[in-house]
Amino acid sequence: MRRRQLLGNIEPILLIAIGGFAGANARYAVDVLIPGSLTSTFAVNVVGSFALGVLVYDSLRDDVIHDNSRLVFGTGFLSSFTTYSMFVLDAVTDPEIALLYISGSYVCGFGAVFLARGTVQWLEPTDETEADMEAS
Amino acid sequence: MEPAFLVGTGGAIGALLRYAVGEYVPATEFPYATLIVNVIGSFVLGVLVFGGASSDTMLLIGIGACGAFTTYSSFSVQTILLFEDGKRTAAAANAIGNLVLSLGAIGLAWLLVGL
Repeated sequence: MRRRQLLGNIEPILLIAIGGFAGANARYAVDVLIPGSLTSTFAVNVVGSFALGVLVYDSLRDDVIHDNSRLVFGTGFLSSFTTYSMFVLDAVTDPEIALLYISGSYVCGFGAVFLARGTVQWLEPTDETEADMEAS
Repeated sequence: MEPAFLVGTGGAIGALLRYAVGEYVPATEFPYATLIVNVIGSFVLGVLVFGGASSDTMLLIGIGACGAFTTYSSFSVQTILLFEDGKRTAAAANAIGNLVLSLGAIGLAWLLVGL
């Protein structure tokens, strides 16, 4: 590796580590504040799915958010804030409501992504829809 | 040790390992990297829980590293992107595959250390 590339290669690692540190702690804080592991895991997964959806749909549309912000907030914070391992463990340890919990998490998690798409479309209208709005 | 330090350090490690998996797994249409981290992370969390890990180990590796290594947000966004792209079978396979294989990983952890 050439010396001058070193700082550039370390940058994404530090950004993701900082995001991961904060994201895991934010999830832990929600777990402490909201009683019941199922409720808190459900909450972080749905909220995190919406927020990551905003980041991803922005990248597919106007691309307003900077790539390094995507590393901190997306790969670092939100992906660590949300969790799949605790989600399946919760389902196993509480089999009586596992089916409701899993289907509820899936419906609300996917719904949150669709909501994120709508939000980005509203925030970043295409020229065509903007023209429609001005005409009306 | 301070819980925030343990959870945060584990979280940073988990996030970096997930990033490394994403870099090494060849980019394909199907989001294999997320599936891999979710299944492995669920297995390790299962080993810790069924193996009776100490509370500090749970904070560092369970809640911190496994929690951050696995991800729900990437899973849900990638599933919807497949669906919107008209790849409904792949979207369904991703939704069911993550669940069934992660549940299987926890079951395997229980068989190995929980019995």
